[in-house]
Amino acid sequence: MKRSILFWLSLALLVVALYLIFGYAPIEQTMGIVQKIFYLMVPMGWLALLSFLTVFVGSILYLKTKAPKWDILAYSAAEVGLVFTTLALVSGSIWAKPVWGVWWTWEPRLTATLVLWLIYLAYFMVRSFTAEESRGATFAAIVGIVGFIDIPIIALATTLWRGMHPGAVIFKGGLAPPMLLTLLVSLAAFTVLYSFILRQRISLRNDEIEIKKMKGL
Amino acid sequence: MKTRGSASRARAIEAHELTKSFGNHLALRGVDLDVGWGETVVIFGANGAGKTTLIKVLATIIGISSGRVLIDGLNIKDDAEEVRRRIGVVTHQTFLYGNLTAYENLDFYGRMYDVPRRAERIKEVVDMVGMTSRLYDRVSTLSRGMQQRISIARALLHRPAIMLLDEPETGLDQQATTRLWEVLQAGEDGKPTIILTTHNLERGLELCDRLLILAQGKIAYQGARQDLDLADLKRTYQHYTGVGT
Amino acid sequence: MRFWGKVITITWKDTLSEIRTKEIISSVLVFTLLVIVIFNFAFAANREIMKLVAPGILWATFAFAGVLSLNRSFVPEKEQGCLEGLMLCPVGREVIYVGKMLGSLLFMLVIEMIALPIFTFLFNLPVLSLQMVTIALLATIGFVSVGTLFAALAVNTKARELVLPVLFLPVVVPVIIGAVEASRLALAGEPWSRLTSWLGIIAAFDVIFLVVSYLVFPFVIEE
Repeated sequence: MKRSILFWLSLALLVVALYLIFGYAPIEQTMGIVQKIFYLMVPMGWLALLSFLTVFVGSILYLKTKAPKWDILAYSAAEVGLVFTTLALVSGSIWAKPVWGVWWTWEPRLTATLVLWLIYLAYFMVRSFTAEESRGATFAAIVGIVGFIDIPIIALATTLWRGMHPGAVIFKGGLAPPMLLTLLVSLAAFTVLYSFILRQRISLRNDEIEIKKMKGL
Repeated sequence: MKTRGSASRARAIEAHELTKSFGNHLALRGVDLDVGWGETVVIFGANGAGKTTLIKVLATIIGISSGRVLIDGLNIKDDAEEVRRRIGVVTHQTFLYGNLTAYENLDFYGRMYDVPRRAERIKEVVDMVGMTSRLYDRVSTLSRGMQQRISIARALLHRPAIMLLDEPETGLDQQATTRLWEVLQAGEDGKPTIILTTHNLERGLELCDRLLILAQGKIAYQGARQDLDLADLKRTYQHYTGVGT
Repeated sequence: MRFWGKVITITWKDTLSEIRTKEIISSVLVFTLLVIVIFNFAFAANREIMKLVAPGILWATFAFAGVLSLNRSFVPEKEQGCLEGLMLCPVGREVIYVGKMLGSLLFMLVIEMIALPIFTFLFNLPVLSLQMVTIALLATIGFVSVGTLFAALAVNTKARELVLPVLFLPVVVPVIIGAVEASRLALAGEPWSRLTSWLGIIAAFDVIFLVVSYLVFPFVIEE
């Protein structure tokens, strides 16, 4: 029941966000229509971080309790997170083309996101390369913990590396109030969508494990 | 017979409702075990019955999922390091580094266990297993059986009161097995408490004071040596494990 | 102190084994030389270009050398079940981590101490300076802190040779960036004050991941 509420709520919010993006928020002067990707790119990045925070918390709880439910949470969040990280990279790439004239630029945020993407890819690799499933879950949890703690250091290093000062480059000069509102609604819409997808994935994962158990016995 | 152990009244090994799960797989499901000082308990069971898991739990190599295990009155969860000083382990693996000499291996373990008067003690245990002449050879140059003997010396180095033997015959040749039993039965300062897992029913029956049959992570049968002869044991074993011998 | 006594015992055991076989140090050194030579072809040794790319070559080489040597560190522990033998000893699992980590650190530092003069010789660059040695020391501590954790993890998987680099390289990206940038400044003769922010990042990484690895290591080796 609750899941369907989440679904409809996210759908409604997404429609509102879509209207705000194209009907309400003004077109940016220098970048033009391309700037609209921004309302997609920021939520993707945010959800990637939210996912990896969830992986981090789930992983710690799994190591502490060894209760399979925490591993299921971490695993599901990592999978959804990897999808959003991929989308963040793709939208960043689409942004880069008109703005900088190339598909890929080693801009600090994009670089850091790429490194993150590689770490969470390893999260799944470790699992599939471990013979016993419970051990694979433990190993993945360790990657989930180490990876998350690494995020701020990676962000700092990539920012300094491009000779930029740490801080929100995108918000330099501030955001016009309509733009800010649009961004916030978009963030809210995607966050609700995210919690819906995560719940779906968790129940799916539970079913997968149930089936595996039945097959095994 | 004089037995060894602490002066306290604690039993050598006490396990209550011991369970161990690996993810969704339950390797041990509610094992109760009570072993007195100087007792030899032999554990039989088919492959995958949980014998090795039980030995590893008692050796504090793997943690338990629920239940309680006391060794010499010490909880293996809280006092793992103290528990480890009281146990010696022999398995089909030697735990020895091939690039180091037998002496260097024993010296390493001696330091890790804080063995007093290390050099003398090493000579003593190596003499017990009859390997004095090869003490300064690299372990990788020794035959399999010789390596196993050094491994027995390693397990005895810190004078453990409890010996955990996980299918030692798998790796030991006939001579080494005989030597191991001689050493253990003689006992340096009293007969140690022994937990032994094995597939060899005849030999196990001969050695034990008490025997257990593990099946699917549970103790399916428990009896004293005088309760059974070999034919009974074979029948009982087949009954509980579904495996003939 | 008892803790350090046991740690040194483990480190000494690894060192003795390495003195016997010279397996890690000799093979990694040959590998290091090969990588330097290949990079030389890749960048068509022009002195000006070399000056630009030398820090990158240096740290790419050391990162790969680190993977190679860390991959070996837990292999002897798996043969004949020695890791279980270690776990049977009356010491905490953390002692095993610190002991193994110090061993790997020692081997890596020896390799770098030999490789740096070779680098100086082949590339005509002043690679041997107090600044460079400091950078190398800090970065190597960073490598072996997570490296030892991941090596213990990888040795328990079906494809350890593959798993270690896939885990290790993205996580140590901040160390590699920091070391390359700091080396670039050091080779250009910049004063210490210009290097501090990079050295700071590497040092922060070292401290954080020594602590984190120390805390989670027991979970890696326990089944």
